[in-house]
Amino acid sequence: MKTLLMLALQSMRNRRLTAIMTILAIAVSVTLLVGVEKLRTGAKVSFSNTISGTDLIVGARSGSVQMLLYSVFRIGNATNNISWQSYQDIAANPKVAWTIPISLGDSHRGYRVLGTNGDYFKHYKYGRQRHLKFEQGHQFTALHDVVLGAEVAQKLGYQLGQQLVIGHGIGNTSFSEHKDQPFKVVGILKPTGTPLDRTLHVSLAAIEAIHVDWQAGAYIAGSGGTVPVEERQLQPKAITAMLVGLKSKMATFKLQRSINNYRGEALQAILPGVALQELWAMISIAEQMLLVISGFVVATGLFGMLTVLLTSLNERRREMAILRAIGARPWQIFLLLVLETGGLTLCGILLSMVMLYGGLGLTLPVIESQFGLFLELDWPSRYELTLLAVVWCSGTLCGLVPGYRAYRNSVSDGMTVRI
Amino acid sequence: MLTPIIELDQVHFSWDQAQPVLDIPQLKIYPGERIFLHGPSGSGKSSLLNLIGGINTPNQGNVSVLGQKINQQGSAWRDRFRSNHIGLIFQQFNLLPYLSVIENVLLPCRFSAKRRQRAISRYGSLNSAATKLLEQLGIAQSMLNRPVTALSIGQQQRVAAARALIGSPELLIADEPTSALDSDSRNAFLQLLINECDHNETTLIFVSHDNSLQANFSRVISLAQLNQVEVM
Repeated sequence: MKTLLMLALQSMRNRRLTAIMTILAIAVSVTLLVGVEKLRTGAKVSFSNTISGTDLIVGARSGSVQMLLYSVFRIGNATNNISWQSYQDIAANPKVAWTIPISLGDSHRGYRVLGTNGDYFKHYKYGRQRHLKFEQGHQFTALHDVVLGAEVAQKLGYQLGQQLVIGHGIGNTSFSEHKDQPFKVVGILKPTGTPLDRTLHVSLAAIEAIHVDWQAGAYIAGSGGTVPVEERQLQPKAITAMLVGLKSKMATFKLQRSINNYRGEALQAILPGVALQELWAMISIAEQMLLVISGFVVATGLFGMLTVLLTSLNERRREMAILRAIGARPWQIFLLLVLETGGLTLCGILLSMVMLYGGLGLTLPVIESQFGLFLELDWPSRYELTLLAVVWCSGTLCGLVPGYRAYRNSVSDGMTVRI
Repeated sequence: MLTPIIELDQVHFSWDQAQPVLDIPQLKIYPGERIFLHGPSGSGKSSLLNLIGGINTPNQGNVSVLGQKINQQGSAWRDRFRSNHIGLIFQQFNLLPYLSVIENVLLPCRFSAKRRQRAISRYGSLNSAATKLLEQLGIAQSMLNRPVTALSIGQQQRVAAARALIGSPELLIADEPTSALDSDSRNAFLQLLINECDHNETTLIFVSHDNSLQANFSRVISLAQLNQVEVM
């Protein structure tokens, strides 16, 4: 066995160029496979880390995925609002620890504007129960203060103290802007890797204020009266949705049921975790495809190895006959080739790990800032190890084909060296 | 009466029924003999060597080597038997190109514990066994760790002889080992080979076309006469 290992190694060293190319082909394909797997799980983790610590999301009755999309991911629109009265009723429920009102509908250069209150910065959590942190500045205090998500500030190049105008409605080029009431940047949040980075935060009162002169979706100057906005009672009549944190998780389902049966208006409460799962299940078809494709790439790599070995087999017939003459058994010849494929695959896998972790280490900051994906550079997961084991086994099994041919050759050639 | 080292008795061999290759009523080779075996191509030399080496077994009759009827044993036994008792030299390209000179020579000792023991008990260690054999065959110390591809064909054949002789197998089969050599190195090689066989008490079967070498051998066997199968 030791002899065979030595022979396999030496023989491969002799054919080192093809061996290295084979190892590279396998390494690249395995890197792709595990890389896709890492991105996939990373995306899933990032995705489900978007919101945490929130027990219920309450909005107007619609689909749970839709509600999750507009309230957390800033995708799509709410079908209806919930009244301020309902908000206050739920907030006053003794089981409720905290609430965060959310008012959506306006935007700034393609980024959504979210109206909320100070509880947002106090209670909103993402990832592993992480609170929002300020990179610079502080939360809004004056009526026309705005707090920017990290990406908004970075992409649009806003600094503290800078003024900006919010557009009415959503969309990149808004035709009507709230030009009469410019906002001042007072805070910039740290990156979170969630849609929050792409959000501008203002107070609920500010949302009311900029819509004072708006009637039925059109701006009519002075139509809202002549009292300056600063002196008005800017109580919202409705909000888009609310996030609810409970004192005890045990009450979640009970409160959910009572909100769903709320008499005042048609409300719906969803569990963010469940809705995230539903949403992920919809997306996961694409990521499964990605995994399947990279599986095929690995298969291509292994076929490449098989081709190289089968081609080399004729040239190595003499080698086999010499070994037979010296006393090698046909199964040892067979094993020699299986050892070779096993060794090549193993080297390929090890190299792929170096490439993957090296590559990820280098590109991690870019991935984080460009895609908001937070990947963790930890040891391969059990699933990844299983993938690697499957690749290694298939690679070694590939050796059965040239191994069997070499076996047949060595039985029929015997000690006669045929070329 | 001395027991033959090789004895073929009523041996019939064919790859398929229609075309018999060998029909040898009797062949006896005794220990210490220097056999010159010759015959035209297609006369069944390779088949005969494969029978003696235990690669193939006869369809009929018995092949005995060292008093053992090897055709009655399994292939695993025959493979082990071959690695323990028989050294082989081919016409050309005897050496594994990816091993150094000394690694090539030591190869049989890796497959056969018996030859490893004999080499050690005779020379003290495997390395000194290989070095000594190579030295006697005219391969300088400086070449030991060279790749075999750096050697001339004559040198390669001498390395092959050292490999076949290490661990003193009882039988050495040389299948036209000199046909790729020029006449000067041919004679030199043959002398060295015979000396070393004497030294190791190894019986030599030397297959060749070159009848001018016959004088160096104790017996000449013509396969054409030995084999009863008509050559087509």
